[in-house]
Amino acid sequence: MNTSDSCFGSWVIRFRWLIIPATFLLVFVAASGTRLLSFSTDYRVFFSEDNPQLVAFETLQNTYTKNDNVMFAVEPKDGRVFTRETLAVVEEITGASWKIPYSIRVDSVSNFQYTWADGDDLVVQDLVKNAAGLTDAQLKKIQAVALAEPLMLNRLITRKSDITGVNVTINRPQKSITETPEVVTFVRAMRDEFQKKYPDINIYLTGVVFMDNAFNEAGEGDMKSLVPVMYGIVLIVMAFSLRTFWGTFTTILIMAFSILTGMGLAGWSGIRLTPISANAPTIILTLAVADSIHVLVTLFYEMRNGKPKYEAIRESLRVNHQPVFITSLTTAIGFLSLNFSDSPPFRDLGNIVATGVMVAYVYSVFFLPAMMAVLPLRVKATSSSQNGFIDALGDWVIRRRDLLFWGMIIIIAALAVQIPRNVIDEKFNEYFDTRYQFRIDNDYVEEHLTGFESIEYSLNAGESGGISNPEYLKTLEAFTDWYRQQPRVMYVGTLTDTLKRLNKNMHGDDESFYRLPEERDLAAQYLLLYELSLPFGLDLNNQINIDKSSTRFTAVLESVSTDETFHLENSAQEWLRKNAPPEMASHGASPLIMFSHIAKRNIDSMMKGTAFALLLISAILVVVLRSFKLGIISTIPNMVPMIMTFGIWGWAVGEVGLAVSVVAPVALGIIVDDTVHFLSKYRRARLELGKSSEEAVRYSFHTVGTALFLTSVILVCGFLVLTFSGFRMNAQLGFMTTISILCALAADFLFLPALLMKLAGTPARKKNYSEGESLT
Amino acid sequence: MKRMIYILSIAMFFNASPSAAETPEEKGLAIAKEDDRRDNGFKNFTADMVMILKNRQGEESSRHIRNKTLEVEGDGDKSLSIFDRPRDVKGTSLLNFTHKVGADDQWLYLPALKRVKRISSANKSGSFMGSTFAYEDVTSQEVEKYTYKWIRDEEHKGEKCFVFERYPVYENSGYTRQVVWLDQQDYKILQIEFYDRKNALLKTLTQSGFKQYLDKYWYPAAMYMENHQTGKSTLLTWSDYKFQTGLSDKNFNKNSLKRAR
Repeated sequence: MNTSDSCFGSWVIRFRWLIIPATFLLVFVAASGTRLLSFSTDYRVFFSEDNPQLVAFETLQNTYTKNDNVMFAVEPKDGRVFTRETLAVVEEITGASWKIPYSIRVDSVSNFQYTWADGDDLVVQDLVKNAAGLTDAQLKKIQAVALAEPLMLNRLITRKSDITGVNVTINRPQKSITETPEVVTFVRAMRDEFQKKYPDINIYLTGVVFMDNAFNEAGEGDMKSLVPVMYGIVLIVMAFSLRTFWGTFTTILIMAFSILTGMGLAGWSGIRLTPISANAPTIILTLAVADSIHVLVTLFYEMRNGKPKYEAIRESLRVNHQPVFITSLTTAIGFLSLNFSDSPPFRDLGNIVATGVMVAYVYSVFFLPAMMAVLPLRVKATSSSQNGFIDALGDWVIRRRDLLFWGMIIIIAALAVQIPRNVIDEKFNEYFDTRYQFRIDNDYVEEHLTGFESIEYSLNAGESGGISNPEYLKTLEAFTDWYRQQPRVMYVGTLTDTLKRLNKNMHGDDESFYRLPEERDLAAQYLLLYELSLPFGLDLNNQINIDKSSTRFTAVLESVSTDETFHLENSAQEWLRKNAPPEMASHGASPLIMFSHIAKRNIDSMMKGTAFALLLISAILVVVLRSFKLGIISTIPNMVPMIMTFGIWGWAVGEVGLAVSVVAPVALGIIVDDTVHFLSKYRRARLELGKSSEEAVRYSFHTVGTALFLTSVILVCGFLVLTFSGFRMNAQLGFMTTISILCALAADFLFLPALLMKLAGTPARKKNYSEGESLT
Repeated sequence: MKRMIYILSIAMFFNASPSAAETPEEKGLAIAKEDDRRDNGFKNFTADMVMILKNRQGEESSRHIRNKTLEVEGDGDKSLSIFDRPRDVKGTSLLNFTHKVGADDQWLYLPALKRVKRISSANKSGSFMGSTFAYEDVTSQEVEKYTYKWIRDEEHKGEKCFVFERYPVYENSGYTRQVVWLDQQDYKILQIEFYDRKNALLKTLTQSGFKQYLDKYWYPAAMYMENHQTGKSTLLTWSDYKFQTGLSDKNFNKNSLKRAR
């Protein structure tokens, strides 16, 4: 192996003029794929095509109509919605909203189809028409009707009548990624225009379309803001550690090449970027720089020691080729195990980063030495004695091994018991922090008007036309009543309210008939009558399926935790089991339900992913270290940081979601590098140099301690940069990986040596007690 | 040779627009008037219709309706629709007086309530019985309900057609415009595209299976309406056309509505 690596070095030097242009060509071809990259503008990308909750929701939407929406919340500054001025604005917005691209329905207080009886006439009309000309008495009447209408209260109007909503249903064909921005641009222009025309009114914008757009903005924002920051950090670190212009220059090139290749190949393979996969450049940058640093540090070290350049290049490749390959491979395996994830953006992230990491390895052992062979390198004779601190640390660890061993075990155990405090909570509308207008507006609308989250059911009556069956309607009414009493439920949209109103209208608006019709044919005929009198876009197709065998039931909720969501949905299931016929059983479906399940589904699948990565990585270590025992021992320092990280998270944060679920394998692939370096030096000292376990630990500290410390600093910087993302998942991923890298450093420096010495069972126990003895 | 093509093309040009002074709007109106003229004089007819509704999920459902139509001189037609299926609405009947201008008059007899209810609503743009047809699509088409603009002539499914646009006069219409393909020989409407309020393509109606009745009137046997936005569709088939069956005004009033079977 050594000779072949030495030959490899000579080979690289000989073909340097071939390698350099070949690399440029390769990068150019791969990078041309980046023009194919685009950002996804649909929250559905977080779900695989066969995700059962997505399938259920799609089925529901295909049965009725889609319910992606844009919501205008109109807030008059005088706090009174039911004035001529405000209602006129609502009427105008309602009318203009039909022009929004892909809009299929507009609901507001003004176009609510108000039904009433005039003798034997059934009158169906817009609740507000020509608002500017209404009398005070009419305004009062309108307010009374709106507040008494369960289909409007807490959805389109508040009890205080201080804010009102115009809800636009948007049906994007999902054929082009420009659809979402098209809607958003149109609606924002509309808002600006109305805001300018009516300064006495505040308008807030929310809805699924705006959330989708925020995903797009977040991904692009992160790429534009975080990547340059990361480049800056890397430059600073390199300036301190390498102190070479051409070395730094080439490293920067390699990082850019790695990113371009990774992202370009993603483009070629048709991956659509999300805020998650948009992190790939930052992560590739963080991981790729270590390879170059390893190669360059040795190269310059050798040159400083007087070796000629080509000799130094050969030596550097001889020493570093294998570790750089192994650490790249393990890191890639960690990221590739994201393919176990149920959520495609994480698979994309894993594949892009794995590609980037592997090409970084290739560039670092071909392009980098070839460039170094070509470029003029000058070396200042500097005495680098940074090792003083690391050597002292090694001595201290050896001296205090018992204390460290048991102390670390206690700390690990103490953290391990905190792990169960991690509770799944996935609040998808809080993915975005307040630097995004969507979050600000949505928070305001949630607090003052209506909820963003909902649960929907398609309740089957079991037979064609069965929704008119009085038994079915009674059950539906009871379910509605039950649902409305549940905590955090703001609004329930259901057919029974419409039927009760129609029954009253059919009996001369007699309040005592505000109840369900008692005959099946009567209910069906009311519906027929009502359907015949509804205007364009406001029909019942969004509530009743075409066979009239099932209805849609929508509950709008205040901001809820995942736990509360599951509790509510489980209670609903139980209620249906107890009180409804079996054919009416239905699971809730909605984005809320989808996001609530995905964290759990992903945690389950990522457990498998982590086990896969751990097994594969351990097997690689067994081969590399040529020792089954060391390979097994290596799993301990690899697992310990995970336990510590999730313990710290459970103690400090306690909420885990989709992002946190992928941390384990990602971090594993990264932190295993420390173990590889430490154990390979330990093994070399024990077997090749015949040292005792203590001596071997000291040797390991001396040879790789500084490098481990340095690469950890870079990794920590890189992942800390992610915590500045405005997208919560990225911030969490960055923060948790940072913790795990620090824990890994602690485990490799403080626990692994003590463990190795314990297992080796050294006879030199008394050395522990001889204080102040020189160990060098 | 060149000269001949030149002459030919001039001839064709004049053939396409017989009067150079006629604007596209005038031509459109002229086509609509001619269409209306050809449709006049049938007096009355009855026919049965079946609608088969389909949603994006692939579910199907059907509606069965019997129709009676009476031609009214100088105003829109009167029609009586008797619902046979779904079972729950059996016997429900709808009496409709179309007017050339203004809202239609509509009464519905609800057998379960044993009462006739007048529907007082300006709305006729909503879905007809949950289908992709709007009421305004199936009600009698009067010249005055639209303004017109001829667009071009083209071959459509092997027949030479006028292609013209018509713009609803009715202010609550769900459409900004409709593009109509009308065959030039028999004035059969082969296809209509409906554009919604934001002028996006909403639906396409395709009519087929035309038959000639009374040696004069062409009626389709199938009308297929596809909603491009929601993925829903409806196939409406006509059968058992009977003309001049002796219907008169007295078959089309509130009392006859109750008795309609």
